[in-house]
Amino acid sequence: MATETLIWLIPLPPVLAFFLIVLFTNKNKAMSHSVAVGAAFLSWLGSMIVFALALGVEHLGEHPFASSINWLPTGETWLKIGVLIDPLSAATLFFVAWTVLMIFIYSVGYHNYGQPAGDHDQAGLPPLGATVTDDLGHKHTVLSVEPMYSRFFAFIGLFAFGMYTLVLSDNLLTLFVGWEIMGLCSYLLIGFWYGKPSARNAAVKAFMTTRIGDVFMLLGIVFLYSATGTLSYREIFREEVLHTLSIIPSGVFGLSAAGLIALLLFIGTIGKSAQFPLHVWLPDAMEGPTPVSAMIHAATMVSAGVYAVIRMFPLLSLDPRTMTIVAFIGAFTAIFAATIAVAQNDIKRVLAYSTISQLGFMIAALGIGAYVAAVFHLITHAFFKALLFLGSGSVIHGMEHGVLHTGNHKVDPQDMFNMGGLRKKMPITFWTFLIGGFALSGFPIITAGFWSKDEILADAFGHGHLAVFITLAVAAFLTAFYTMRQITLTFLGKPRTEEAEHAHETPWTMTAPLVVLAFFAVTYGWVGIPEHFPILGGLVPNWFHEFVGGTLAEHPEGVEFNFIPLATSLFVALGGLFFGWLAYRNVQSAEQDKLQIPLLKNKYYFDEAYDFLFIKPLTWFSEVFVSKWMDKGFIDGILHIFGPATGGLGSFIRDKFDVPVINQFFGDGSAEATYWIGKNLRPIQTGRIQQYLILSLVVLLVVGGLVYFLLLAGSA
Amino acid sequence: MDFLNTHLLSLILFLPTIAALIMLFLPSGETKLLRWFAFSASLIPFVLTLVLWSRFDPDKTGFQFQVIYPWYEALHSSLHLGVDGISISMVLLTTLLTPLAILASFSVTDRVKPYMMLFLFLETGMLGVFMALDLLIFFVFWEIGLVPMYFLINQWGSANKDYASMKFMVYTMGGSLGLLLGIQLLGVLFGTYDLVALYERWNALDAGAILLGMSVHTVKTIAFWAFTIAFAIKVPIWPFHTWLPDAHTEAPTAGSMILAGVLLKLGAYGFIRLVLPLYPLEAKIFAGALAFLAVAAIVFGAFGSFGQTDFKRLVAYSSVNHMGFVVLGIAAAGLAAGTADAQIAMNGAVLQMFNHGLSAAGMFFLVGVIYERTHTRNLEEFGGLFPLMPVYGGILIFMSMASLGLPGLNGFVSEFLVVRGAYPVLKIYTVISMLGLLFTGAYILKGIKKVLHGPMNEHWARGEHKLTEINTREIFVVVPLMILILVIGVWPAWILEVINKAVVALF
Repeated sequence: MATETLIWLIPLPPVLAFFLIVLFTNKNKAMSHSVAVGAAFLSWLGSMIVFALALGVEHLGEHPFASSINWLPTGETWLKIGVLIDPLSAATLFFVAWTVLMIFIYSVGYHNYGQPAGDHDQAGLPPLGATVTDDLGHKHTVLSVEPMYSRFFAFIGLFAFGMYTLVLSDNLLTLFVGWEIMGLCSYLLIGFWYGKPSARNAAVKAFMTTRIGDVFMLLGIVFLYSATGTLSYREIFREEVLHTLSIIPSGVFGLSAAGLIALLLFIGTIGKSAQFPLHVWLPDAMEGPTPVSAMIHAATMVSAGVYAVIRMFPLLSLDPRTMTIVAFIGAFTAIFAATIAVAQNDIKRVLAYSTISQLGFMIAALGIGAYVAAVFHLITHAFFKALLFLGSGSVIHGMEHGVLHTGNHKVDPQDMFNMGGLRKKMPITFWTFLIGGFALSGFPIITAGFWSKDEILADAFGHGHLAVFITLAVAAFLTAFYTMRQITLTFLGKPRTEEAEHAHETPWTMTAPLVVLAFFAVTYGWVGIPEHFPILGGLVPNWFHEFVGGTLAEHPEGVEFNFIPLATSLFVALGGLFFGWLAYRNVQSAEQDKLQIPLLKNKYYFDEAYDFLFIKPLTWFSEVFVSKWMDKGFIDGILHIFGPATGGLGSFIRDKFDVPVINQFFGDGSAEATYWIGKNLRPIQTGRIQQYLILSLVVLLVVGGLVYFLLLAGSA
Repeated sequence: MDFLNTHLLSLILFLPTIAALIMLFLPSGETKLLRWFAFSASLIPFVLTLVLWSRFDPDKTGFQFQVIYPWYEALHSSLHLGVDGISISMVLLTTLLTPLAILASFSVTDRVKPYMMLFLFLETGMLGVFMALDLLIFFVFWEIGLVPMYFLINQWGSANKDYASMKFMVYTMGGSLGLLLGIQLLGVLFGTYDLVALYERWNALDAGAILLGMSVHTVKTIAFWAFTIAFAIKVPIWPFHTWLPDAHTEAPTAGSMILAGVLLKLGAYGFIRLVLPLYPLEAKIFAGALAFLAVAAIVFGAFGSFGQTDFKRLVAYSSVNHMGFVVLGIAAAGLAAGTADAQIAMNGAVLQMFNHGLSAAGMFFLVGVIYERTHTRNLEEFGGLFPLMPVYGGILIFMSMASLGLPGLNGFVSEFLVVRGAYPVLKIYTVISMLGLLFTGAYILKGIKKVLHGPMNEHWARGEHKLTEINTREIFVVVPLMILILVIGVWPAWILEVINKAVVALF
């Protein structure tokens, strides 16, 4: 099979799985997950083959695998769509395939496959546990299987399809198709437990917030398409096209066309990758089942946002003003979200804010032109964040076990202050989570996160972006700090509740993916060790830089080694971890936590502000202004004048003309006049001959006189 | 098969009427027979349309399958029929939706015979508009379509049916007065109503000529607005749209399906078939005004929809929103006539007409399904129905996403083309229309949230109010729509090719 054909086929298994499950196997749990996991495996296999083939091509950037077909007739021309594997999409495909497959496998365990159906479970709500009786006649409450098990696998199948489509696209249109399909899936999956009002609202919020970005992005795509006549990357990135775009003025803010297009596309990323000020949906998205959180926050959706800007980097880098905006948004988001993460108590929310913050790192890296570093951090982050989310899901699962054991449903299994000492209860989860946490913190040398984050800092420093450098360094310190806070509160010390005491390690379907992801969270960093790094540099070639850098027409230079960023990155990682441990090793409850500052806990009151500034006024505008005042009041008001006005005109004509003039004056009047004349003529009808003769004589004389005087006399 | 070839259009056009007349002689009590007869009869034009589609040659310019029968010789008006790539897709939409609407009406038990007959008459009326190549015939069919719909709303509608049917009838008739005068003007000036002849002679008029004591420009401007207002009311665009939510809401389910699916397209089709070709200059001059009204429809339609508490009104307002994109595309095509932008915008507008026909008919049908079971349309009384009707819920989400314009489904393709075509020439309007696109999401999600999501609604879960799942017949109504929505979303070229070639030839 030709490589190109294989590339076309990669996204198909998950979407076929979606249709198969929805139409045929939705009643059968085993069939459903087999279909879904099997499909994910096929896509994974295809991806690995394509990745291996891509590695074998020299100068893949100049000679990528590409194939396209006519899709939309547009007048005399066609809009083409197709697939493309260049170094960037090959590297992205690699991590997407791995994380997606791991998440699929993990979901089997997470949704309690093999457990009995719940006592009172119903579709739309999380499973609440089932009562079983053992051989000795004792009753136990155990975890129950998810009532909408099949549906979940259908949805994540569609989700994976969206991501594969996006990564393999050779043009912005199908990228946008994949982008929006993921938007739909995130909506469906965040609102998976739609029976919970909080999940229902979170789903709408996620969809609408990202859609704000999407409409701008669509506008950017349309602008680009009208300006260049194509949406395919390779056509757009031709030198003369880029040059034309950079010199046409856009007419807005003095930006060039390239600058405005890049900015519009970037707004799409702000929505999708939850950057400030559209970050509000992502923490709420934690309402979905945990594998979904991993899917959205690591493997697919938010990575897609960053991927899109990376993809558009040749266009983005044309206008320095746009680059400044991108760098600012990224750096600000990185530190802003990190400060919120410090004050969160929900294990998944800490990770959610850390995701926003880490995405800020990548965006900031792009904004300062550190292309390879941004891609590197995107990939390492995907591995360790997927690991952390799945790990936190495992922790929650273990805690739920404890909750069912004690029967105290008031204990929130996601609140870290209810945990503690889980390292002994859940050793695999603990060690893998520790690896993930250290990677996130940038623990030196061994973890992948260190290498990618260090490269961003080195780039910022090396190219003189001091403000970005300092901001990111502080954010990195906070990252290490809250990560260690999380690890300390969750795993170290002693159990703080009875539920934590009875927590239990999760089944192999959940722990095996953790181990695989932990492997990558460590080793993936080693493929990108800078050449001039002391001692280690040069031992292994900096494959990553060589490979991914080849995507760009001009191969980016590596930054020269400097000791200051290295020292900074060592200090912030180790220092943050140390202080995090120091501050929280003895904390027993939320009251003792000094960082529970209301401003941070309430996320700087963004939700409240948006509600007040946008949602309430717009709702009023719809319900009152448009519906009541404009349509029903004003427009219908005018229309309703026509009815009475026509009736009024009719009545007027009848009352003032028809009745008085026609009926009364002419109609009745002529009758009355005739009657009157007749009545008054009656007295002369006496019947006497003499009288008639006298009258005849009088008439004769009068008429004769008149005739004589008027006619004859006149003519004479 | 020579007969079929030469009479294909007349057969498609008049078979429904013949069937309706045959129904007159069927026993009124046999509702089952009446339903199946009407359904089977409406399938024949659909099958013939498929034949028509397969024999249609998109590469030929001009009208195909033309037939001319003498009609009113004293006025030089004849029954001239013909189709091109634009009208054939509308014919397909009409003959596809009518059987589905009739199938959807199988639950109607009240006076089945006249009900079914009205639907068949309605089909002839609508098809006539799409096939007519003679202005007077166009007008006759335009008006004929009104009558069955008036009675369907007035006799089979819900509570406020008198008000709604009156508003629908009088408003549309009011608009067509100007249309009739405009048509008479052309007829008097040229001594023919034949569209093909008029296209040439009307545009060949010397700009300095004096007609009826006025300059050509003044005459054309007046006639342009007479046509435009008639079609604007029918589409409808803001601010002529308020008849639509009332008419849709009160009409029986199948009536709303046809109303939204086909009748609104008549207005847009009028713009494409008559206004742009007859008044290219005026269309260019007034494109801004038209675009303004279209964008107002898009934005206010979306806001209006979001502000509703009645499920059917919410869907009705969504038609205002979506049809706004059709008119925006038409305005852009008028402004940029002769460029690739115009062709793209017009492709988008025609495809959007087809797509909206599918998704709006589907949405109204789904509203009807739940209304039949609950006898309420109030969104506040629903909520949490998903666990009770999972299949219905899935279909509703699918249809809503089509309406929302989710990429991968049909609406996205056409909206993208309209926006792409309009952006270079009507920049500000296109940017503002994005606000409408954003709010499309808001009202669609509001609908899903209020109907399906939320804690399970005990009221509808058990006892006498227990909801039943969507049944097989209902699934048969909606599945063809879903398949087409998906197919056009994934592979739009099969229909867009046909439209595109006609558009390239015309604009």
